[in-house]
Amino acid sequence: MTTDLLTGLYIFLLAGFLGLELIKRVSPLLHTPLMALTNAISAIAVVGSIVIAGEQRSTLSTVLGTIAVTASVTNVVGGFLITDRMLKMFKKKDQKRS
Amino acid sequence: MSEQLIEHFIQFSYIAAAVLFVLSLKWLSAPTTARRGVRAGEIGMLLAIIGALLHHGIVSYQWILVAFVVGSLIGVPMAVLMPMTAVPQRTALSHAFGALAAALVGTAEYYLKTPNLDSFIMIALVLEMLLGFLTFTGSLMAFGKLQEVLPTRPVTYRGQNFVNLALLGIAVLIGAYLVVNPGATGLFLVFAGLCLLFGVLLILPIGGADMPTVIALLNSYAGLASSAMGFVLDNKLLIIAGALDGTSGFILSVIMCKAMNRSFTNVLFGAFGQVQVAAAGKVEERPVRSATPSEAASILETASSVIIVPGYGMAVAQAQHKVRELYESLSKRGVEVRFAIHPVAGRMPGHMNVLLAEAEIPYDKLSEMEEINGDFPYADVALVIGANDVTNPAARHDQASPIYGMPILDVDKAKTVMVIKRSMNPGFAGIENELYYMDRTLMLFGDAKGFVGEIVKSLSDGAHG
Repeated sequence: MTTDLLTGLYIFLLAGFLGLELIKRVSPLLHTPLMALTNAISAIAVVGSIVIAGEQRSTLSTVLGTIAVTASVTNVVGGFLITDRMLKMFKKKDQKRS
Repeated sequence: MSEQLIEHFIQFSYIAAAVLFVLSLKWLSAPTTARRGVRAGEIGMLLAIIGALLHHGIVSYQWILVAFVVGSLIGVPMAVLMPMTAVPQRTALSHAFGALAAALVGTAEYYLKTPNLDSFIMIALVLEMLLGFLTFTGSLMAFGKLQEVLPTRPVTYRGQNFVNLALLGIAVLIGAYLVVNPGATGLFLVFAGLCLLFGVLLILPIGGADMPTVIALLNSYAGLASSAMGFVLDNKLLIIAGALDGTSGFILSVIMCKAMNRSFTNVLFGAFGQVQVAAAGKVEERPVRSATPSEAASILETASSVIIVPGYGMAVAQAQHKVRELYESLSKRGVEVRFAIHPVAGRMPGHMNVLLAEAEIPYDKLSEMEEINGDFPYADVALVIGANDVTNPAARHDQASPIYGMPILDVDKAKTVMVIKRSMNPGFAGIENELYYMDRTLMLFGDAKGFVGEIVKSLSDGAHG
């Protein structure tokens, strides 16, 4: 096991615990927007897909990479948009009157 | 810019993105800062994408550009036009997309590098493929069930768990063989096929009522697939974002489990098929008290505190806007109106809150189960609209009931209980609700939208007359 992968494991575990702490604090009121947002964030797979699609090392990898970029971009664009659309609807009583 | 400078920029953009993603989730914790959280996430994503586009190995942007255009053309309408009742379906689809991306990148990496893959990378790759492909087909199945293009009832057959476990077992064995012999490209395809098939079989036995847990679980799997991809590509940002998504889905599925009184092992192995094979025995005719809209209106009008308990039935009947009118009408008369939300109300975690927020009901009037349960004894009226099992007192005391032990809203403790219902037919789970036969309960028979509308009408008529 190389040091790089070991560092990766440390990062994974720490990020996991950080995630547990962060998500526990999210009000159940916002659990649907939360899922939409985390889904958009995990569309970060777009980064890996872009490299695979752009390097064009083989026809197969270019095709698969292009489909992967399409799928991730759908989630990036759609995920953030719908999260914001939902959050815009959450208003307090006084906010509504103004 | 020199090559080295670009490389530094890419790395810093990834680090900044990771920080912004963490802040994004932190700000999402409260409704007041939540939209800032979305901004942070967007900026982080933009930085990461710019970083990726500057990658020195990229020789052509042609296909990337095409993919960006096509992806946006699919993603924007899905976000902007989708009605809020369909958010669970959209979420299931986006889990499918995310998982597909991870699985395809994994496949591409495999074919580019085979057979020169060290075993640790291969473990990550096999996990990425397994989670990616099974989440892809599993989420498509969940989408089909939520959209009702597939039967929402659980599809079961004899020996189902055995078949599923055996299939998973074979896939894992092949995966392990691939770790040791990465050059076996033929087996690689078999492995991918088995993972795809397993995703279908996993979701097949799951009924519509269990969808909140399933969606949360698939969310977790999709995140973990992204994380595994980070190991394969040695990209720390992917590892972090995937871990955040993975834990988020994990926590949500645990919450959903608790709300339905399921054990955690049940969820992990996906064997949460059909609990509700209810002993739908005693179909005795018991007397119930019913009331007309104007009778209901006069009781509500004289109440000082009303708790409304909405269920998914309310959303199905499209009654939420009428419910908001009722809320406003009663509030104007000085009646304190609050909403009690059960964690599994709706088709995904937090769904009911979104539906009520869309109907412009202020979020500070929406209370979670634990917060409001102690207040039912002080409420003059508890009005149940489209909710059933989550209000059934049998869950507290009847050990024979299939829902025994499930946390419920203590609706039966209110001074008067009103239940809007089409007929006396038992609900989705087929369990009799003893709430309906209590002396304090008034059954309001009719369509939720129509009935609430008539209550609102008699309230305003009363005010003038």
